[in-house]
Amino acid sequence: MKNIYIIAATLVLTLFLESNAYSGDIEEGKKLAFDRKKGNCLACHMIDDGELAGNNGPPLIAMKARFPDREVLFNQIWDPTETNPNSFMPPFGKHGAITKTEINKIIEYLYTL
Amino acid sequence: MKNFFHNFLLITLFVNITAFASPEEDRQLFRDYFENRFPNTEFSDYKNGVYSIDASSREQWESIEDFPPYEINIEDGEALFNEPFKNGNTYASCFENSGIAIRQNYPYFDNDSGKVMTLELAINNCRKANGEKPLSYYKGGPMADISAYMAYTSRGKKFDVKIPNSQEALDAYEAGKKLYFTKVGQLNFSCADCHVYQTGTKLRADIPSPGIGHTTHFPAYRSGAGRLVTLHERFAGCLNRVRAKPFKAQNEEYRNLEYFISYMSNGLEINGPGSRK
Repeated sequence: MKNIYIIAATLVLTLFLESNAYSGDIEEGKKLAFDRKKGNCLACHMIDDGELAGNNGPPLIAMKARFPDREVLFNQIWDPTETNPNSFMPPFGKHGAITKTEINKIIEYLYTL
Repeated sequence: MKNFFHNFLLITLFVNITAFASPEEDRQLFRDYFENRFPNTEFSDYKNGVYSIDASSREQWESIEDFPPYEINIEDGEALFNEPFKNGNTYASCFENSGIAIRQNYPYFDNDSGKVMTLELAINNCRKANGEKPLSYYKGGPMADISAYMAYTSRGKKFDVKIPNSQEALDAYEAGKKLYFTKVGQLNFSCADCHVYQTGTKLRADIPSPGIGHTTHFPAYRSGAGRLVTLHERFAGCLNRVRAKPFKAQNEEYRNLEYFISYMSNGLEINGPGSRK
């Protein structure tokens, strides 16, 4: 019986810690997505409560439904010209505008939309 | 397999057509594209840049043009234009029709140098020929003022850029066209990405202007800069924004680019200097 309590406590603690790290990434991801010098996603996409959003890219909504495969979304941000050489979207990762870690944080945020 | 060959044929056909299209065919394609894109915009209105396609920013702009911020530059430019060099000559001696109402003929292909000649380069060449130091193409100042005055005397004249049927001239035109459609910089944008494919959409609060009519109103008084900006300084502004390294004003790349975009604007009236956001 005692063991069960310990396991349960550990589980709760792990979940709490994990979800905390998680929400930190989401918040940072949002900042990166809105920052003109980083993702500047708002330049082209309507997002959440972002002000003065552009409209030449699709609105970023239902991202989990649209990109169930995380890798596809990552690649789209890393280098969209891979799938469409004429893409208007910059190859953010490939051209070093943002790092891998930053893209992953942005994805955490995008998956909340 | 059949599909593959079909696509292959289509692509080859397209590549061949575009590779051998004459400048005049290019211009017609360009014009048709914008006509389809903005059916409510009259061709002649493209000289007004983004204001030809966006009614709300046009209103603000028209109220600015009621008291043009560049008026003083035209006056200063006229005084500079008429001031004799140390040797007694004036700018008028270097240009056709004494430099009045000629903006629409620039740039042209100069057979002697085998390169494109722009109005602003011709202004500096005139100074050099008369033993004067060249003027800077950046940050407004006398070059922008003289260019503004020369554009002002040409208002209402229609752009009439010619591409002679010589390989050198066609090569210069093609080089300009190639640069226009080439993706550059960290953000990987070509001129055409914003000013052809995405013109009229919103980038944050900005609307990229249509790719015809860009050269009619230069030099332009930019509210953000609070001064006149020459065309080549504006090119550098675009390149900086896409995080590419700008070329030097009046180098061959920019001159060829100016040749291409001016030719695309043939038939539009000169209305420089203009004011822009």
